Amino acid sequence: MLLRHTKDEVMEREALTINPAKTCQPIGAMYAALGIHGCLPHSHGSQGCCSYHRSTLTRHYKEPVMAATSSFTEGASVFGGQANLVTAIDNIFTVYEPDIIAVHSTCLSETIGDDLQQIATKAKDDGKVPEGKYVIYAPTPSFVGSHVTGYGNMVQAMAEQFAVSTGETLDQVNIAAGWMEPSDMREIKRIAKEMEVTVRMFPDTSDVLDAPQTGKHVFYPKGGITIPELKSTGDSKFTVALGCFSGEPGGVALEKKCKVPFQTEDLPIGLRATDRFLMTLSKAAGVKIPQSITDERGRLLDVMTDMEQYFSGKKVALFGDPDHLIPLTEFLVDLNMKPVHIVSGTPGKRFEQRMKAILEDTVPEANVKNGPQADMFLLHQWIKNEPVDLLIGNTYGKYIARDEDIPFVRFGFPIVDRIGHSYFPSVGYMGGLRLVEKILGVLMDRQDRDAPEESFELVM
Amino acid sequence: MEPVRKFPDPSAVRDEMLQKYPPKVAKKRAKSIVLNDPEEIPQVQANTRTIPGIITQRGCSYAGCKGVVLGPTRDIVNLVHGPIGCSFYAWLTRRNQTRPDGPEGANYMTYCFSTDMQEEHIVFGGEKKLKQAIQEAYDLFHPKAIGIFSTCPVGLIGDDVHAVAREMRETLGDCNIFGFSCEGYKGVSQSAGHHIANNQVFKHVVGLDDTDKGGKFKINMLGEYNIGGDAFEIERLLEKCGITLVASFSGNSTIGQFENSHTADLNVIMCHRSINYMAEMMETKYGIPWMKVNFIGAEASAKSLRRIARYFEDDELMARVEEVIAEEMPVVRSVVEDVYPRTKGKLAMLFVGGSRAHHYQELFGELGMETLSAGYEFGHRDDYEGRRVIPSIKIDADTKNIEELKVTADPERYRPRKSEEDLARLKEEGLDIREYEGMMPDMKKGTLVIDDISHYESEKLIELYKPDIFCAGIKEKYVVQKMGVPLKQLHSYDYGGPYAGFTGAVNFYKDIDRMVNSRVWKLIQAPWEEDGAALELEASYVTQ
Repeated sequence: MLLRHTKDEVMEREALTINPAKTCQPIGAMYAALGIHGCLPHSHGSQGCCSYHRSTLTRHYKEPVMAATSSFTEGASVFGGQANLVTAIDNIFTVYEPDIIAVHSTCLSETIGDDLQQIATKAKDDGKVPEGKYVIYAPTPSFVGSHVTGYGNMVQAMAEQFAVSTGETLDQVNIAAGWMEPSDMREIKRIAKEMEVTVRMFPDTSDVLDAPQTGKHVFYPKGGITIPELKSTGDSKFTVALGCFSGEPGGVALEKKCKVPFQTEDLPIGLRATDRFLMTLSKAAGVKIPQSITDERGRLLDVMTDMEQYFSGKKVALFGDPDHLIPLTEFLVDLNMKPVHIVSGTPGKRFEQRMKAILEDTVPEANVKNGPQADMFLLHQWIKNEPVDLLIGNTYGKYIARDEDIPFVRFGFPIVDRIGHSYFPSVGYMGGLRLVEKILGVLMDRQDRDAPEESFELVM
Repeated sequence: MEPVRKFPDPSAVRDEMLQKYPPKVAKKRAKSIVLNDPEEIPQVQANTRTIPGIITQRGCSYAGCKGVVLGPTRDIVNLVHGPIGCSFYAWLTRRNQTRPDGPEGANYMTYCFSTDMQEEHIVFGGEKKLKQAIQEAYDLFHPKAIGIFSTCPVGLIGDDVHAVAREMRETLGDCNIFGFSCEGYKGVSQSAGHHIANNQVFKHVVGLDDTDKGGKFKINMLGEYNIGGDAFEIERLLEKCGITLVASFSGNSTIGQFENSHTADLNVIMCHRSINYMAEMMETKYGIPWMKVNFIGAEASAKSLRRIARYFEDDELMARVEEVIAEEMPVVRSVVEDVYPRTKGKLAMLFVGGSRAHHYQELFGELGMETLSAGYEFGHRDDYEGRRVIPSIKIDADTKNIEELKVTADPERYRPRKSEEDLARLKEEGLDIREYEGMMPDMKKGTLVIDDISHYESEKLIELYKPDIFCAGIKEKYVVQKMGVPLKQLHSYDYGGPYAGFTGAVNFYKDIDRMVNSRVWKLIQAPWEEDGAALELEASYVTQ
């Protein structure tokens, strides 16, 4: 057994996290920053942080992930990292020529109290930031929240530090995009185009982390929201923030700074979350939802009704990030499935509240936990006590899936052993179809594998 | 026959690489980029700070300590004291394979343990939480040992992991607990972490079990981490030869092996950079000599087996080793014969690790491929220029911060396995003990040796030389492949391997043949993008 030491008896833990269902803030900030065109993320800490984040993102996307580091040594840790960051900014603009450097902090620089705003200002005063170039910054202490928090903090920084209100209102809607794949961001843009709505989506990692093979490495790929677009978000008529953990900070910041009203919606994962997103977007933009999209909805619903028998009553265990799990759980419930065990390492009361609302009438017995010790070790123990028919989560779930022989659908971050997430969306009705197809695929493969010969079905 | 390739002048390449840097950066980087001359080896600047903002391959001390050296031991609970990320990123990502003893045998390598420090612990200290986490790990698993790894904030807030380890060791009684002050900011790369790992394992584990487990020719394998199953292949060969492996540091290892390792009669070193400290300390304390070996490459593997046999000066062993080599080589030769015409003359570049960039040149050589440029990510000058330069290496502040253990001969257990006369004689016969000549004597004149290569320098190298294959790690993999050049990961082996020993050599030959001759690279250009194609297409529409 791969996880041979995991026993079914659950012991209360207060201090030890085993097999976490989260990672730390800076990687989220790095990912978000890659969604600005011409941006080089910069990690203000020891080299290891930057190396680990780049490695993890690279394994997930199978794409170049460029980022720089302040390369702290013991000296910098004692005397402060200002000199390192100012040097780094100078070197980066000279050698790698980005339009923007997006600096995020680490537990190291936060512990010693480096002030990113002050250092960025100093770099500018010292003439290290060339004309027309920018340094933005987001504090991302690793000892608070999770990678999701770090993503949200960088989204907030983008809005705070770029958006300008000129007094004019533009006929465009902002999308403060929560943590999604490049494929999902591309799908959101497609849907907006289909609705004839001009959207300013930030960040936007499509055409950055799904770049084509051309025989040339383009250091700053063509994707990402541009600086003029980001600036103009302050003049947009509305912001739809997607994901209350990872997208909302962008909406809040825009309202605060530029008085752009916002509404937070779930990431449009599954049928009803997509319905809500589309209605909010249509209302914000003052446009009707076209028939073509209603048809897409119909196609998803058609599969849900046709295949209902295969989903119904199936028990599911899930782990991952709140913004993903909330709409995903709702979708599973709509499929008549039973999400019985759910963990997220990311803390936050809103997760509990939303989960309760989704599950209290349908699966009141569900085990749901987030925050400290809400880890995959606990999830695995729950599964041992009450087995499930399906496991959904990131690649690390494969160890549980194999040991317990559970059909497994990869969803979330990181997925380092399969491709597809960068190219095929999970959001919108089309994304819903993909999820349904993936879930059905593993459930039916299992039925085919386990069926006695006489009841091996040709048609399903 | 392929036309002879013309290469740019290496010193012009060097100049071009430096040109774009700000003057201070250029001045520093110039010392790390040198033109090799195997006859008169130039000095390379290595193991110095990476310049902030210059995109590097390097990681941190924690990665070297927890990830590299301690990661592969299956029955230690490796508890990371810090915020969650550090433990998460080092969770199963290095592909260290292990074979537990039966279905009940301990194996914690699939687990990730962390104290998941929160803001309150940064402010008020994390020792209490650490103690509690140790207690919980003990209650849940009853492991033989728990290692505690400090991440950056731990050192800064002053948590004393060693005191906690001592206290909990006494409290629990039957669990060896030890700490590693491997905060990410220590040193200048992973290398500092290797040293810290060596020190603590030597101090707290080696020598705890004096049991003589038997065996005529007893060795420890140092600096072999069983990535992709390399150690399994080496174990197979040693067993076939009748050589007993007492302990492996640390591929496929257990803490019991470490405790008993001082009963071996020879330490052989694969990765000199990460583990030479352990070899030296064991020689001083217990009298076990060490010798550099290399099981990467078929010829190198044969040579290494012969050297081990020569050390033991036993005719029977020497004869057995020859038999084993004779048994293993035919398959190797037949594959080389098949592959060679397709790989001969192809060009390789290697920028990885602290010994791999050297070792893998052997394999490329066996394929008739040439290494044009190479360098380490975290090597020291001795890994490039040979150990003879050690006395002349300037010890800077970053190195001084890493503890140097004071080791003396063990009053009871020091037993020189060979007399100084014997060692001198063996040396005269060509068996260099305590020696490593480094990478540069094996590289051609005019090749470029680059330490801690930056992203910018890598791109320039590829642009100017157009190599057929580039070897580095995951961060470089898709950057280089976007340039149309296949990249072989030499940390993770691209999830293949093993590449060690004879079986490994065969695997490598086949993988490289596949990579440098893959049809897929020839499909990059769309047919309508080929010269003139667009025009023709337009014209044909016009005529229709």
